[in-house]
Amino acid sequence: MQKLLLGNEAVARGLYEAGVSVVSSYPGTPSTEITEFAATYDEMYCEWAPNEKVAVEVAIGASMAGKRAFAAMKHVGLNVAADPLFTVSYIGVHGGLVIGVADDPGMHSSQNEQDSRHYARASKVPMLEPSTSEECLLFTKLAFELSEQFDTPVLLRLSTRVAHSRSFCTLSERCEPVLSPYQKDIQKNVMMPAMAIKRHPVVEERLEKFTALAEETTLNRIEEGDPAIGVITSGISYTYVKEALGDRACCLKLGMVHPLPVDLIRKFAAKVDRLYVVEELDDIIETHCRKHGISVIGKEVFPLCGEFSQEMVREKILGEKTECLAFPEEVPGRPPVMCAGCPHRGTYYALKKLGVYVSGDIGCYSLGAAAPLSAVDTVVCMGASVSGAHGYNKAVGKDKGKATVAVIGDSTFIHSGVTGLINVAYNQANTVTVILDNSITGMTGHQQNPTTGLTIKGDPTAAVDLEALAKAVGINRVKVVDPYDIDATYEVLKEEIAVEEPSVVIARRPCALLKNVKHNKPFSIDADQCKSCKACFRIGCPAIMMRDGKAAIDNIQCVGCGECLSLCKFGAICKGE
Amino acid sequence: MTKSIMIVGVGGQGTLLASRLLGNVLIQNGYDVKVSEVHGMSQRGGSVVTYVRYGEQVYSPVVNRGEADYILAFEELEAARYLSYLKKGGKLVVNTQRIDPMPVIMGNAQYPENIIDKLRAAGADVLAIDALQDAVAAGSSKAVNVALIGHLAKALPFSQEQWEQAIRETVPAKFLDLNLKAFHIAYGA
Repeated sequence: MQKLLLGNEAVARGLYEAGVSVVSSYPGTPSTEITEFAATYDEMYCEWAPNEKVAVEVAIGASMAGKRAFAAMKHVGLNVAADPLFTVSYIGVHGGLVIGVADDPGMHSSQNEQDSRHYARASKVPMLEPSTSEECLLFTKLAFELSEQFDTPVLLRLSTRVAHSRSFCTLSERCEPVLSPYQKDIQKNVMMPAMAIKRHPVVEERLEKFTALAEETTLNRIEEGDPAIGVITSGISYTYVKEALGDRACCLKLGMVHPLPVDLIRKFAAKVDRLYVVEELDDIIETHCRKHGISVIGKEVFPLCGEFSQEMVREKILGEKTECLAFPEEVPGRPPVMCAGCPHRGTYYALKKLGVYVSGDIGCYSLGAAAPLSAVDTVVCMGASVSGAHGYNKAVGKDKGKATVAVIGDSTFIHSGVTGLINVAYNQANTVTVILDNSITGMTGHQQNPTTGLTIKGDPTAAVDLEALAKAVGINRVKVVDPYDIDATYEVLKEEIAVEEPSVVIARRPCALLKNVKHNKPFSIDADQCKSCKACFRIGCPAIMMRDGKAAIDNIQCVGCGECLSLCKFGAICKGE
Repeated sequence: MTKSIMIVGVGGQGTLLASRLLGNVLIQNGYDVKVSEVHGMSQRGGSVVTYVRYGEQVYSPVVNRGEADYILAFEELEAARYLSYLKKGGKLVVNTQRIDPMPVIMGNAQYPENIIDKLRAAGADVLAIDALQDAVAAGSSKAVNVALIGHLAKALPFSQEQWEQAIRETVPAKFLDLNLKAFHIAYGA
């Protein structure tokens, strides 16, 4: 049967068909839907883990038990999971173990543009990279076979355009792999120096075997065309190359991007006049070619930053420029904004008014850095708000350090904020940690998490009690506010900032986009009362705009949250009837 | 020959569903199809683009400048933003809705005047329509995406039955009647 599947959906189908038993992941664009689709198959146990490190360790445990296991994450998630990855490379697997990692060239929804292929090299783990949904499905299945055959975890690398594109897939039945049950083997499974010293050479030998495989596997294939131009490529770049050049070039498509073949590339290089490497992000294939004395054209022509396209390939290789229509004037940008009714807006409005240093974090609420709220001073990585605020506070000292605030979402707090908070309590920083508890993992599209009391399947389960948790780690002052009540939120924050001990403020109000959240009738502006002072614009709500010299509320976007009410001193904002 | 359709709009307008619907009508016609979607940060009220490409064999899932045979713009400013993607002789279907982006709301940028006229003057074949009105007539502004598809459908060589079938496959059952009605009002059937 042929179906049009999203790349991530095809990976999930591959997991199902490969007979995978356990899937554990942390959501992260563009990888999230793999696990969401996997959870629609009752044959697999699927879960949201608190973070990527936990997810990979869960998968390692399941593999140890003799079952096929998988963990998915975005590129930066693999930084968090790098610790178990490097050592499970030494241990190897019992049941097949595959880690899916989705890079985000162009940073559609990420804080950096790192290239996960470095992790394959660094951890000496093979990596497959599909170009289409069909390959997502097939490579996922193949990854499990290779994992068991060579006793190694395998990385499956996607990028945004592969993960979030739909193309045709042929579906098959689920297989039930015959695997041996758990067997105690301390020499192989316990990585202490005496054992690990013996395992490292095994890893190097394994990589050599993989290099031999790379020379002959059908994952790497030469596609014939005009030998005047040769292109070595992989992943989404392959589709751009084929689209742009068709049979005007020969193509070496690499489905296995670590380890890379040597003889195959030499053979390919020998048959073409001019050889290009077309790879998004870093120059990994190119460097490999140069190391082996194969001369290629790569990053001197193609950029290290951002996504590629067929237009770019056409221009860089064929020198063909695209002619296009042009709009006669500058088009204003449309950056993402917090939604109308977003509870974070109230918290940020209060923080901005307080003029404090705000250490931000990863989620929808990173948008608090955007104008007009501009309330966030820094965003680094998951969890960094709490620990970063601690460091800032320790550095600036007692006097100026009072006004140090960290803002972090509920899911991000569980991911890696709680360890920072333990540090705040243990080493007594004078910070206020604001947990923006919107009852969901928002940015990635509404996933449950350990604070919501629901599993990935929507079944009831234990929920983290954030107030009790904060107290248990040693925070004495824990307050809860409703961020829709901006004045009350402001007062509580002001009080906690003034106190000379660490405190936690939980700003609790569900995400306005959640299906079970009831909305009020849209508000409106009484144009006769409106003095055009633009005070209501300071909250940065996308539903409030200027029309004919007066403020106006878009009744399609407005959800009647009322956050704007207290901003108007003239009573011009009216509740919906 | 591969054909390219772009759907552009503002995060939250339902462009994703429109692209899936389009994908489903193309499958019925035996094409190779690729649909590229946008998830994550840019969904939050930002400028969003989805691509639909079909033909005998489609490689790239994305549409580049000068390649789009059709652009379906959910909002006027977004039509202007992506004009350069329209192929010469391509068709630009524009919903005459205006959603101010934050820089305009803040007074840091001007929303261009008379966008439709300027698009035409720049050489685009423009069909300007008020799909929001169609959606509201059908019962809810939320159906604006399917109403827009109804207008695009008039320019594409697929049958009404195929479109209706694709709507049934794409839209949740609860909203099926609303969306079929919005489609019919827009399609003129």
